[in-house]
Amino acid sequence: MGEVHQDTGVRKLNVRGTSRHVHGAKTDLPVIKPFVIGNAGGRYIEGMLEFTFQWRIGVALFLTLAGWMMIDAAHAQVQGDPEQTIFQTLIKWTPLMFWGPSGEFGGFILNIVVSFISMALGTFFGLWVGIGQVSPNRHLRRFCWAITQLFRNSPWLVLLFYFMLLLPFSLQFGDIRVDIPGWTKATFALSLPIMANVSEIVRGAIASIPTGQWESAESLAFSRTQTMWRVILPQCIKRMIPPWMNWYCILTMSTPLISILGVNDGMTLTQNALAAEGRSEFLIPMYLWLMLWFFVYSYPIAMWTRRLEHKFAIES
Amino acid sequence: MNNLNWASDQPIVSLKNVHKSFGDLEVLKGVSLDVMQGEVICIIGPSGSGKSTLIRCINALNDIQSGSITVEGQEVHDPKLNKLELRKKVGMVFQQYNLFPHKTALENVMMAPVLVLKQNKDDVARLAQTLIRKVRLDGKEHNYPGELSGGQQQRVAIARSLAMNPQVMLFDEVTAALDPETVKEVLVTIKDLAAEGMTCILVTHEMGFAREIADQIYFTDGGVIVEHGPPETFFSRAKDPRTKEFLSQIL
Amino acid sequence: MEFVWEWFYWLYDVHGIKLTIFYDEWDRNRFIRGMWTTFHLSALSIFLSIVIGVAGAWLQMSNLVWMRRIVQAYIQFFRNTPPLIQLYFFYFAVDAALSQLFGITGGVLGSYGWAVVSLSFFAGAFNVEIFRAGVESVPRSTTEAAEALGYTRLQIYRYVTLPLAFRVCLPSLNSNLINLLKTTTVAYAIAVPETLYVANQIWSDEYNVFEMMNVVWIVYIVFVGFLVWLMHRWEKSIKIPGYGN
Ligand SMILES: Nc1ncnc2c1ncn2[C@@H]1O[C@H](COP(=O)(O)OP(=O)(O)OP(=O)(O)O)[C@@H](O)[C@H]1O
Ligand SMILES: [Mg+2]
Repeated sequence: MGEVHQDTGVRKLNVRGTSRHVHGAKTDLPVIKPFVIGNAGGRYIEGMLEFTFQWRIGVALFLTLAGWMMIDAAHAQVQGDPEQTIFQTLIKWTPLMFWGPSGEFGGFILNIVVSFISMALGTFFGLWVGIGQVSPNRHLRRFCWAITQLFRNSPWLVLLFYFMLLLPFSLQFGDIRVDIPGWTKATFALSLPIMANVSEIVRGAIASIPTGQWESAESLAFSRTQTMWRVILPQCIKRMIPPWMNWYCILTMSTPLISILGVNDGMTLTQNALAAEGRSEFLIPMYLWLMLWFFVYSYPIAMWTRRLEHKFAIES
Repeated sequence: MNNLNWASDQPIVSLKNVHKSFGDLEVLKGVSLDVMQGEVICIIGPSGSGKSTLIRCINALNDIQSGSITVEGQEVHDPKLNKLELRKKVGMVFQQYNLFPHKTALENVMMAPVLVLKQNKDDVARLAQTLIRKVRLDGKEHNYPGELSGGQQQRVAIARSLAMNPQVMLFDEVTAALDPETVKEVLVTIKDLAAEGMTCILVTHEMGFAREIADQIYFTDGGVIVEHGPPETFFSRAKDPRTKEFLSQIL
Repeated sequence: MEFVWEWFYWLYDVHGIKLTIFYDEWDRNRFIRGMWTTFHLSALSIFLSIVIGVAGAWLQMSNLVWMRRIVQAYIQFFRNTPPLIQLYFFYFAVDAALSQLFGITGGVLGSYGWAVVSLSFFAGAFNVEIFRAGVESVPRSTTEAAEALGYTRLQIYRYVTLPLAFRVCLPSLNSNLINLLKTTTVAYAIAVPETLYVANQIWSDEYNVFEMMNVVWIVYIVFVGFLVWLMHRWEKSIKIPGYGN
């Protein structure tokens, strides 16, 4: 059982010499340059994206957008409601979809906040469970292994249902009743698979450190704890970062699941907006609009992850 | 640190009838040997004869099935033994250096005294500087292991062990992974140590070096010590046919 | 069998643990149908996602820059957007647009069909990358040898590259397919009657959320465990001595 969605390693080979030219391309748009790196075999591998933002793509995008807006306006005219172009409708709903209803916590921002907190919780507990997985205590080791396997192999949505429905809606402290907002329970539920996968990353990284490191620390009279925290884990951090970032992306992509359980995230509010408009031609642009936000958020992280992966692969 | 039951005229390291197995494979089949304080002994023998295992048992990196190993009169394989106390007394240098790659040379040397002995950081820094100079690496203190040659790394590893102020040093084929040119600089470092009166137990394939430095040479084969003696007589007047064969191959 | 059902009824009667799926025939049947749906939904999506992966990896070797860019865009789109929104996008938006285009009333594909499409595209995007990494692991010298023997490009891909690449990328493929199986639960959101969905129906009817939640969790763990076991056996059976670790 390997990592789910582990990056698949090597990228496009630059065998045919295509797109090398983009290095020198003049542009007024941000250029994502392909990075050229060598692997052990001395072959040249090209950077993650072949389609870089060349000026031609920029122009094409601009023309598409302009064309679409014109058709959009014409279409609205024909419909007899020139105020209700798709573009205007998107703009109208954007604040709600992004920030949530005024005075409430919700929208796309909630997705991001949930992803942050889940990741922090999952990383914290995953670190301990991962260390537990290599503990000299057999029972602790087994226990941490079981926890890891259980949460790695459960569907995220099932975990969400489980904890959303079975955790209480409020807590009673004497006379004071404290409501537990749905999104906090969802955050907790989402942190569990992260915990399990971080635990696996930690275990794998620790296992990849040569035993000589343990032995030399031992012969210098380091305690096990000192060896772990001062010698082993610092060496693990580097190789844990890319898969950890990868899991962050996967987590962020899973946050809309909380809409199924009635949390007012970006997905829920988009559906609400669509229901309020009630016109089928809004469906495609509205969903694409929301997806674009996720894309813009996740894609740079994914690319950065890949870069780091290559960098570390070459260094070692 | 000194053990009351031990006087310096007794062996500082003493092995008596040590048996050690890995599962079904018996690697040490009753090994006995004594090392006096300030003595330098070399262990030689064919590959797989249990030299590394033997030396690793002395600082309890490996456990043993029966027999006894004492360091300064203290039983090493007593379950009640404080392993940390033992390892402060016994330093070890490995074939693969095993420096901590995320620490500079100086930090590698300083780490154990600061963390384990809880010594003052400034004092330790001064001590570490002295040791770095002693292994002739002045100027390389702030380099990471990855930036040092094999021989340099090995000398940092020696300094790192010395920083604990051990009574006994164990060397396991410390030059086996090095280029012929860099072997010498490491051997010189060890020779300096021996000259200062450090008790050393070395596993080595460098016969010339062993002859020059050792007080006693032990030949192991098949998990037993076949014969031993001072270098003058050992090399010229070996009795056992196995020793003769080994020496004829190697010399 | 009757005896087992009765035992579960006793469990409810005496301990209040309400596992209707064991002693109530109606619930039992719909739960079994739900599991069966999860099973073929997964199987179909796994199959199609592998097809997409193989085809995509092939297209990525194309000489046409635009072809490679399209495949790249496809991969990045499906990797960097949430699978749930992809599913809604297909089921609501694409379906409506296609219906309008072809003048069909009542939808082009049902919820099950769109779930298959969406999940296959989602997992397929990962599979393309997985297979591509595998393809690149095949030494150039091996494919050159085939070229020298007069194989066509497609033949080289089919008979030399793929069989070797497959073995290299099986571990990553395993995890992706396991992830796909777990992701089939999102089909719940468009009312595909798979395990989670029917469980929800049952606990709404019977008020046994706690029992059903645990049952669902166990069922998925068993499903995933089964797939893991299956893939490992497969991995073992096609292992070539001395190739790929
Ligand atoms: N951790 C271990 N588990 C099982 N067997 C081991 C282990 N360590 C060593 N052995 C076995 O014990 C025997 C002796 O090994 P040892 O490393 O002590 O030999 P050596 O004399 O140091 O050889 P070399 O000169 O090659 O270093 C070998 O047969 C080896 O395979
Ligand atoms: Mg050895």
